[in-house]
Amino acid sequence: MLNLIKIKDKKKEQAASAGGRAPVKKQSAGELRLHKDISELNLPKSTSISFPNGKDDLMNFEIIVRPDEGYYLGGTFVFTFQVSPSYPHEPPKVKCKTKVYHPNIDLEGNVCLNILREDWKPVLNINTVIYGLNLLFTQPNDEDPLNHEAAAVLRDNPKLFEANVKRAMAGGLGSVRAVGLSQAPQMQSL
Amino acid sequence: MASPDEESPAPTEPERWRDLDMLLSRPGNLVDANFDPSPGLRDTLGSLVEVLVVGAGGLGCELLKDLALSGFKNLHVIDMDTIDVSNLNRQFLFRVQDVGKSKAEVAAERVMERVSGVNIVPHFCRIEDKEIDFYSQFSIIVLGLDSIEARSYINSVACGFLEYDSDDKPIPETLKPMVDGGTEGFKGHARVIVPGSTPCFECNIWLFPPQVKFPLCTLAETPRTAAHCIEYAHLIKWNEVHPGKHFDADDAEHMQWIYSEALKRAELFGISGVTYSFTQGVVKNIIPAIASTNAIVSAACALEALKLISGCSKTVSNYLTYNGLDGTHINVSEFVRDKDCLVCGPGTLIELDTSSTLSEFIKMLEEHPKLLMSRASVTHEGENLYMQSPEVLEQMTRPNLGVPMFELLKGAARATVHVTGMAENNGKKVSSLRKLRVAFKGVEKNSKMDTTESF
Repeated sequence: MLNLIKIKDKKKEQAASAGGRAPVKKQSAGELRLHKDISELNLPKSTSISFPNGKDDLMNFEIIVRPDEGYYLGGTFVFTFQVSPSYPHEPPKVKCKTKVYHPNIDLEGNVCLNILREDWKPVLNINTVIYGLNLLFTQPNDEDPLNHEAAAVLRDNPKLFEANVKRAMAGGLGSVRAVGLSQAPQMQSL
Repeated sequence: MASPDEESPAPTEPERWRDLDMLLSRPGNLVDANFDPSPGLRDTLGSLVEVLVVGAGGLGCELLKDLALSGFKNLHVIDMDTIDVSNLNRQFLFRVQDVGKSKAEVAAERVMERVSGVNIVPHFCRIEDKEIDFYSQFSIIVLGLDSIEARSYINSVACGFLEYDSDDKPIPETLKPMVDGGTEGFKGHARVIVPGSTPCFECNIWLFPPQVKFPLCTLAETPRTAAHCIEYAHLIKWNEVHPGKHFDADDAEHMQWIYSEALKRAELFGISGVTYSFTQGVVKNIIPAIASTNAIVSAACALEALKLISGCSKTVSNYLTYNGLDGTHINVSEFVRDKDCLVCGPGTLIELDTSSTLSEFIKMLEEHPKLLMSRASVTHEGENLYMQSPEVLEQMTRPNLGVPMFELLKGAARATVHVTGMAENNGKKVSSLRKLRVAFKGVEKNSKMDTTESF
């Protein structure tokens, strides 16, 4: 390589006045893979997507789910997606922005979906995650709860669960907390 | 053992370089075709070659010392970290009174004190904070990093300088070789990356095993191990108690809070083993670093750098692994390139008229024999020129379809764009992501290209 460096050194002196090449921002492989995922999105009817930072920031976006069946019919749930440059080696970070009474989503917006953590694989994509989120609303799961009060009610009294969901969706945050609290004694008796 | 600060007399100059001079002044069977042995080679090495060391931690300290003692006289080192008391057992250039200071600055100063004639320029910042142009001045980049993300970034920068001729052969003057070192406990690797000839970091990135992560619901509901309790405090409890407050793993108060919460939870579930240092280990994903592993891996890296630059011997081809866990085992494997690698591959050359619009370009991709790509979405250096889907993005990018590509690519004679779409592979249409080199017919290669194209 020394010969090359010698040549380059000479050239550098000659080219110094001619102006070097303009440096450009490189796109990471993760950004390119995300570009592919997004351009191939096949959203279910219940789901829409928005890009709060415009068309050139695909790393941060929102997914809006409006379930068309099940307990959560009629609700609107917003999820934020944060994708890191090491995607798809790392899964996207997904949070639920809407306060929801749900066994697998806690009041801080943490989502318990296996493919977002322990079962993430680089062959999965954004579409898979979106389908996973939809599944959470059609099939809430009481076996691996994040909100254990909600899970206990779903397991022991689905009718009450349905009523609680409706109340929470109608009343927003205050009633989500109230629903949560009113069920707390039940949880302790388990 | 003498105290570490009691210095032994430095060797006299000719004696210090005796071994290096032997390597550089004698021919051999393994030398590079262009290797011209001479005693003056050491001076050329010292005066002409600029080396960048990325990272001034466990490996970085060793690398700076090894490279300075291998005849390299112009070194730069970049590191965003400051010195922590826990670094002192192995990051031997640092002393107790340096705690809190920049690793890059202290490391540079210490090596310059000990090796006369060496100049080291420290950069106390993130690698992303530097302009891409900063990286172009170096003949070689040596990596002593601890994350996939940082390696991937430097790799993309170094591969970004690489240009191919019209026969898809790498243009030698645009090569920016790298030597990547890494250690984890008793294991380590040293790897030679010559973009365009050996696999780049991205070609084999899929070989990394996924990080072990616990299901959130296990953390919330059924913790069974000390790590579960710590991750509960870290991932769930922190946000519950401090909504909106960013958790900082380097803040001792934050870490103390996580530790005490984890301890409470462990007691509740009758789990033992939560200690402060284990908490740090789990939260920061720390694996104990072993000084001797760093020394061995760094020595291998410095030697590879010397061989690459001087041509005094063949380099390792191309991935050396060291395992000191059970005896001592060193092995070299030859990784292979991903021919379609988006980062180091040549991509497909497409020639366009300056009047060709984006929609004509997309149409061309459908008919291009090497691509046969339909429904292409096009992106260029972070700017989405056209997106087929989702609808919101299609609407936002649709106005570009009628605009000439020459204009969208800001009048550059040549540019790299990436496209996704359905392309033919063994007779089947599969979704693909491809790199394209766009060249405009009749446009003079402007000053953007002339530093490399004029050779």
